Amino acid sequence: MIELQDIKKGFGDKEILKGVSAVMESGKVNLIIGSSGSGKTVMMKCMVGLIEVDAGIIKYDGQNFSGMDNQQRKEIRQKIGMLFQGSALFDSMTVEQNVMFPLDMFGTGSYRDKKKRVAECLERVNLKDAAKKFPAEISGGMKKRVGIARAIVLNPKYLFCDEPNSGLDPQTSLLIDQLIKELTLEYNITTVINTHDMNTVMESGDHIVYMYQGQKQWEGTNKDIVFSNDQLLNDFIFASEFLREAKEMRQTELYSSGKWKEETKREAPGNGGEQKK
Amino acid sequence: MEFKFFYHFGNYLLMLKGMFSRPENMKMYWKQFMQQCVDIGVGSFGIVFIISLFMGGVTTLQTAYQLVSPVIPKSTIAQVVRDTIILEFAPTLTSIVLAGVVGSKIASELGNMRVSEQIDALEIMGINTKGYLILPKILAGILMVPVLVCISGFLGVWGGKEAGVLSGIISADQFLMGLRQEFRAYNVFFALSKSFFFGLIITSVSAYYGYNVRGGALEIGKASTTAVVVSCVLILFMDYALTAILL
Repeated sequence: MIELQDIKKGFGDKEILKGVSAVMESGKVNLIIGSSGSGKTVMMKCMVGLIEVDAGIIKYDGQNFSGMDNQQRKEIRQKIGMLFQGSALFDSMTVEQNVMFPLDMFGTGSYRDKKKRVAECLERVNLKDAAKKFPAEISGGMKKRVGIARAIVLNPKYLFCDEPNSGLDPQTSLLIDQLIKELTLEYNITTVINTHDMNTVMESGDHIVYMYQGQKQWEGTNKDIVFSNDQLLNDFIFASEFLREAKEMRQTELYSSGKWKEETKREAPGNGGEQKK
Repeated sequence: MEFKFFYHFGNYLLMLKGMFSRPENMKMYWKQFMQQCVDIGVGSFGIVFIISLFMGGVTTLQTAYQLVSPVIPKSTIAQVVRDTIILEFAPTLTSIVLAGVVGSKIASELGNMRVSEQIDALEIMGINTKGYLILPKILAGILMVPVLVCISGFLGVWGGKEAGVLSGIISADQFLMGLRQEFRAYNVFFALSKSFFFGLIITSVSAYYGYNVRGGALEIGKASTTAVVVSCVLILFMDYALTAILL
């Protein structure tokens, strides 16, 4: 579990994060969504320590990460896996060497054990045949899967994914989403995804934090979104006429099937999730 | 253009300080160091070979052109060529060329790693990126640049001899006799001292500009150019300072 308590971050005069608090739960896919410039990337970079926060506390399973020095952070970081937007694979290494790199650096087993673990991870992401290829020889979707394999090779407790679907076709995006969701449940990982992709939001969003102008605007699940009356959230999620109609149809469907009350038992109809101004 | 000397100098020193921490895995650091030795040493050998031969040849021809007095023995040409090459040409000229070859490679490699988030990926794994990426390059530089300068010195003198013999200016015996006259081993020490500092400048300055790239492909190109220019200027400053101090 990762807790953010009143996180603030600014660059020069511009305040990017204006006191954000949230809890990213274990065994769930936690999404950070929001329009460009809303502060979600900065928030994720603060969470992994690539950017230092100006104020506030970040806790990993109760340990104050933001108050640690580099040496103490190293121990936490070895439990973190991260999938980058551009995959961030090492160009001069093959797919297999990329996945083996964290094991070579931190692993203790024999070369044979490491090779076996790499083969397992590549098989898990369906890339066993690409082991000897270089990143320049594989497609964008395959690169993302290699990135996932590298991120999970050390059995991380926390998995961060920065825009895992960017630049991918809808089918490949769905495969990546399914893979991340399966891994999260399989290993009880605390997964945090920073995304713009509405398919990901609706399919994988066990817990969603919607950011607006550096603040947490809304928090809830993918089911809550359908019933939310938060105007800013609705404008962001259901931006097109097609999606607005789809939302209404879904609401009607749930209402007529009698599931309306069940789906909205946490809140009154039309007020899904937690709103925070 | 904004001149931020103290900003860059301070950041440069912080970068050097940040390199020193306990390696996560000594074997991986050693592998990286050996790889850099090969890249810098073997990778630059071709260009060092060519410039050294021609540098020696041209020095012989120009010295002979200026020493036209019948009272000066021809072996003096070899003495002048030897000292010019050992004291100045081999360490300084070779280092200027290496600043272009090695410096731009280091700056663009690290710049590309920064822009494509490879450095961030290493950071998140818990690796000290300055220690893993920069320190082996600097150590390889301060080891391999003096080695290349030594090779350059030998090749320069050999090129000078061949040019003198082929053009009929001086015989091989006269040249070899001149090489042995009034030879001072201190000059070799001086050349190696200079090349040690030049190796440090080339690798650390280039690594600094590459590691701190922000932006995209255009910025990588700019960082690479700036790294080469700053390295060359610092080499010339250091050349003057060391000459004034050590000679």
